[in-house]
Amino acid sequence: MIYLDLVRLALPEIILVVTALTVLSIGLARKRMLGICSGMAAAGLLFASAAVLQLPPHALLFHGMIVISPLNSFFKIVCLALAFFTVILAQSKRSLPNDGEFLALILLGTVGLLLLVGSEELLMIFIGLELTGLSLYVLTAFNKADTHSAEAGLKYFLFGSMASAFTLFGLSYIYGLTGTTALGAIASKMSAGPVQPLLMAGIVMTLIGFAFKIAAAPFHLWAADAYQGAPIPAAAFIASGSKVASFFVLGKIVLVGLGPAHGSAGWHAMVGGWSPVLAALAALSIVVGNLTALAQRNVRRLLAYSAVAHAGYTLLGLVAAGREGFSATLFYTTIYAITLVGAFGVVAFVRRETGGDDLSDFAGLRNRSPLLAGCMAIFMLSLAGLPPLAGFFGKFYLFSVALHAGPNHGLLWLVALALLGSLISLYYYLIILKAIFLDESNMTGFALRPDFLQRSALTLLAASVLLLGVVPDALLQRILATLS
Amino acid sequence: MIAWTIYLALAGATLSLFLPRAFARWIALATAASGFAISVVAFFARQADFAHFTTIVHVPWVPALGMNYHLAADGISLTMALVTGLTALCAVLFSWKVESRPNEFFFWLLLVVGGSYGVFLSADLFLFFVFYELVIVPKYFLIAIWGSTNKEYGAMQLTLYSFFGGALVFIGILAAYTTAGTLDLPQLAQFQFTSQLQAWAFPVLFLGFAILAGIWPLHTWAPTGHVAAPTAGSMLLAGIVMKLGAYGALRVAMNLFPLGLQMWSKWMAVLAVIGIVYAAAVALRQNDLKFVIGYSSVSHMGFVLLGLAAANLLGVSGAVLQMFSHGVIGALLFALAGVVYHRTHTRDLNDLSTMRLGRTMPFVAFAFVVASAASMGIPGFSGFAAEITILLGAWKAFPLAVAFTGIGMVLVAAFTLRALKKAFFADDRFRSPVAVVSNEPVPFADPITFAEKLGASLLIFATLAAGLYPRLLLDRIEPAVEAMRFLKP
Repeated sequence: MIYLDLVRLALPEIILVVTALTVLSIGLARKRMLGICSGMAAAGLLFASAAVLQLPPHALLFHGMIVISPLNSFFKIVCLALAFFTVILAQSKRSLPNDGEFLALILLGTVGLLLLVGSEELLMIFIGLELTGLSLYVLTAFNKADTHSAEAGLKYFLFGSMASAFTLFGLSYIYGLTGTTALGAIASKMSAGPVQPLLMAGIVMTLIGFAFKIAAAPFHLWAADAYQGAPIPAAAFIASGSKVASFFVLGKIVLVGLGPAHGSAGWHAMVGGWSPVLAALAALSIVVGNLTALAQRNVRRLLAYSAVAHAGYTLLGLVAAGREGFSATLFYTTIYAITLVGAFGVVAFVRRETGGDDLSDFAGLRNRSPLLAGCMAIFMLSLAGLPPLAGFFGKFYLFSVALHAGPNHGLLWLVALALLGSLISLYYYLIILKAIFLDESNMTGFALRPDFLQRSALTLLAASVLLLGVVPDALLQRILATLS
Repeated sequence: MIAWTIYLALAGATLSLFLPRAFARWIALATAASGFAISVVAFFARQADFAHFTTIVHVPWVPALGMNYHLAADGISLTMALVTGLTALCAVLFSWKVESRPNEFFFWLLLVVGGSYGVFLSADLFLFFVFYELVIVPKYFLIAIWGSTNKEYGAMQLTLYSFFGGALVFIGILAAYTTAGTLDLPQLAQFQFTSQLQAWAFPVLFLGFAILAGIWPLHTWAPTGHVAAPTAGSMLLAGIVMKLGAYGALRVAMNLFPLGLQMWSKWMAVLAVIGIVYAAAVALRQNDLKFVIGYSSVSHMGFVLLGLAAANLLGVSGAVLQMFSHGVIGALLFALAGVVYHRTHTRDLNDLSTMRLGRTMPFVAFAFVVASAASMGIPGFSGFAAEITILLGAWKAFPLAVAFTGIGMVLVAAFTLRALKKAFFADDRFRSPVAVVSNEPVPFADPITFAEKLGASLLIFATLAAGLYPRLLLDRIEPAVEAMRFLKP
């Protein structure tokens, strides 16, 4: 009765697929049905979350292709919640034709995320990556009338397919040398003997694919265009849900599957393995992301480069490795995703009112909408890592874990670099806040009025960023408890 | 009970943001006044244990990482809480007439105050750092929105300097945390760190704190920031924020890493003395009244650092006394400069010298004379008591430094007198390009308000009280300093 089990254990995914198809057909049948479509999509996401909660705590299907564990279920819920907020805030996007298709693609992308999160088997992970990736390529290029959107879509697709090719190639090496695609089995095969150079090549190629997904330098070149050119909900989804799932899976692959090939990234004690590779990616991302962000005048582009830098910070946890390192990475990436969904929500409103998302369009936002200004302040200051916001605790946790790893504070160089990066980043986040709170705008008597649902969604996101900063234990405890 | 200063300030900040604008300043006043009252009561409490860092609250916060919400107080923290309360109250009194966006103004102001109370009372390193960093952003907005003279530049410079200092502190804190495995300050103060670790962690941590205390050559944020800030902002910066750095250096850097302190103390003294002399010399050449006071702040904070570098009972007690004293005097000087600027719309000493402010604003002139005397270190005021204690302490450790400091003290007197004379008592009417017709100066339309008089009187009283009877403070500071482990026998 394994197929009955499949229906039972993959119920969240099935619900989402059914919802996606329904939304798609409604959207095809009647144009301009945004309200109904997004209502259905949101409901589908909620039902899927409920289904995740109904799953048994532990289950295994097809030799690890679908793994149900408290950790996986928790991050499925995180992905669903991020998609939910994306859908709610997507409502403001009036200019798109074919709302049904757009929402259906978001839902399909979410299915990909759930598969990604819920698997401990290389092939299934690759399928999840591709399902998410393909949905996101189309979403990015969705605004056909806009050349920026088309350009962003093409760049994202070309880079993305290249990276996928690398990943698949790398995975084939790993499979070829270990004879298995299940993460646990790979680890036990690897710990049996020394790591072969060919396997190292496979690992590096796999990592390249993930570095693309998380927009780590030097594989970040698509990010700026995708964040700026894509329809805003698509950009928010790329920056949040996709990122959380990618970090989650990357963490599982390197820590569970490739654990024996850890190596060391300590300053005086570099040992070959994946951790020096990740450390190099992190260092480069922090430097490149922060320095490039300094020069941006467009808020979405700025957020893209800051995302590169944040990917660098988040990698610190994986470099440190271990349960603590993984939980620090997961905590940080979750916080980051919540913050970015909210920030893109604010950007969406500003764009709807002013027609642009340059810094000058944010000028005087405080007078036009104190709520949006306040929320944006919370999001930006959390990204900058200032207390009492969640980003501060996230950084403290990440950096302390990184410094704790290995003897003699070996990762001090990386932590110092990350702190320097934070210092630089404070400047450009303050520039955004300066535009919002100090600069005068020439738009007068023109108030931004998000509807009630969106106001509550934004307030909820901002409040959770604040609360998770004051009571980080609420999330941390959950992550630590589910990490065995 | 002293913990309520934090909660009240944060609650007041939230209230003043969301209530109608007419309420904002009253809420701020009530919050600041009650905070001051609480700190006074706690300071003069008879049964209090000033010698030990006595726990007030201890609640688990993030048990997985060993973080606790742990507040404690000893004589040093209570002294700092007292000066915070006083400065906060006077800052509110002197910003009674803020018309533009008062809700936000008092929100940020009270956030600075609440964060500062938190820093002085924290006994958990993470909590300490949360409060320490909490103060950074409010300063940016206070200066950038309500400031003057190159405000956006000054605000950004100050914020980035503070954050840079914060980053260094962060590294030092992480080094201590990952080595000792605890964040609890009293426990860390017992932990024996290896001298290898102390040799690099101490200077990093100390420098991070000292940036906020205005150590030369990383002091440049201070004059620029003070000048750009609104009156209340300058008062908070001089009165409280610079003390956060000095307090952190004492409570965390020196107390955690005594061996590192021994290795680096002479370099601390060198930088402190250069700061004292250099800042005083620069102040002598400034024409903006607030720049004069800003550099004088750097010079006075140099004394604090010198006292800390001496690392003996007299030096450190004097440094804490100087923190109190400079908090009061600096706040008073900036308040008066703000009063003058508000009426005359200039702070240029050459312009002021044509106005004969001594006659039109007798009260301000009087208060400024008192503040200048205190700042110069005339006996009878707190500045004298503090600086003489520091010099006595420093004499034992670094006799040569004291000699150089003497030059600085002369320069302090010189620039203070110069500013005082030019601003209030010069009669340069006939040198002014604008012909002055009347012989009698016209009084300003905007008289000195009661709030301003009250604030100035409070600060004058404080500097006199501490100057005439320094034992009032020293009796509470010294036992706490004696309990510090870095103290040389």
